[in-house]
Amino acid sequence: MAEEKKMIQFIVKRQDNPDSAAYDEKFEIPYRPNMNVISALMEIRRNPVNSNGEKTTPITWEMGCLEEVCGACSMVVNGKPRQSCTALVDQLEQPIRLEPMATFPVVRDLQVDRSRMFDALKKVKAWIPIDGTYDLGPGPRMPETKRQWAYELSKCMTCGVCLEACPNVNDKSDFIGPAPLSQVRLFNAHPTGEMNKAERLEALMGDGGLASCGNSQNCVQSCPKGIPLTTSIAALNRDTTLQSFRSFFGSDAQ
Amino acid sequence: MAQHKDFALRRLHSLLGVIPIGLYLVQHLTVNHFATRGREEFNAAAHFMETLPFRYFLEIFVIFLPIIFHAVFGLYITFQARNNVNRYGYFRNWMFMIQRVTGIITLIFIAWHVWETRVAAAFGAEVNFNMMEEILDNPIMIGFYVVGVLSTVFHFSNGLWSFFVSWGLAVSPRSQKILTYVTVGIFFAVSIIGMRSIFAFVYPEWFASIATNLPIL
Repeated sequence: MAEEKKMIQFIVKRQDNPDSAAYDEKFEIPYRPNMNVISALMEIRRNPVNSNGEKTTPITWEMGCLEEVCGACSMVVNGKPRQSCTALVDQLEQPIRLEPMATFPVVRDLQVDRSRMFDALKKVKAWIPIDGTYDLGPGPRMPETKRQWAYELSKCMTCGVCLEACPNVNDKSDFIGPAPLSQVRLFNAHPTGEMNKAERLEALMGDGGLASCGNSQNCVQSCPKGIPLTTSIAALNRDTTLQSFRSFFGSDAQ
Repeated sequence: MAQHKDFALRRLHSLLGVIPIGLYLVQHLTVNHFATRGREEFNAAAHFMETLPFRYFLEIFVIFLPIIFHAVFGLYITFQARNNVNRYGYFRNWMFMIQRVTGIITLIFIAWHVWETRVAAAFGAEVNFNMMEEILDNPIMIGFYVVGVLSTVFHFSNGLWSFFVSWGLAVSPRSQKILTYVTVGIFFAVSIIGMRSIFAFVYPEWFASIATNLPIL
């Protein structure tokens, strides 16, 4: 009885190119146990026919690691931004609605351009400068307890979920969003990175930086890696308070 | 700091909401609370306040200029947000949205309230128990004042929470949680003071009778 085979319904918000209008398309594919959203998208790609039986173009999306560490496959699944690789079909209410994250420009269908996050990381100098004209030798050692703490912050995969959830990251604001802020905390905590702490804090105090946070705290609730984003933000608020006093009044603290 | 204009303005906005505006709010509601002790007590307190030395200086620099800056910059912040409580119905996200809604209600209320009292006083009206009694002589105005005062007190209490976070005074999740309980307590305490003051102008006889039984209030 092939007709009795269990089917999965999808509604996918599609867009043919960055400038064209978005539209919804419905799909129905046969159920298999333990499917995730990506394996379902692959199934549709194998036979790109929508639920009306019309032949259509395969859906475009991005993916990389398929184990929730690369951040590339983020999309809005049933209203919540998350990685589609760990969105298991068995745990989702049907029809499963897939949309691209609205915070980022759409390239095509579910594929978005996350460049703004990488630009923000450059803006806040989220790296440790070690290049020079001679060998600087080994840096200071990092205590193991601190390394374990910093490891949690280093789990950020620039997936964009926190920006999508933040009410202050939108087309009316130039806020860079929670992820790059927390990276400043990570690099400022590193024993070598700490040497350029003030530079990163000054960058954070620029337009669209730390002060644009409105404490809605959606980011910490939404982060798939459980990064303590709001703790990072509050700690940076303290650091920039002190930094602003130092730069305004002058300081000889070394 | 000159190159960090937005940062400085946002921190100033947060600071002014507490000092002096928040302090002035609590002081104002406390002085109003004299109304629960009767007509003469309130008139004496109002007279004391309006005869303070350096009155115009205090009004301009402690009240009007900070409030005008806080209101204008607050509107700018409010209209930068795209609220999303329907998708992310978390407690803090609701507070985020209500903070912006009460900011606008409070601005309308304060503008109306200043027009009716301080501007009227500038044109010769006398600010006393009678004035408030006449303002609050109908249910619509009582409702407007109740909503206005509750909205102002909420905006102050929740704004106090974000002040502590924005200046980096409450960093850890636990400290922020404790601060939530403290500011909820402040909201209820200051609201009771505000509500008693409003209704003292509506039901002066009831307050007179209860004062003899409960002298502590």
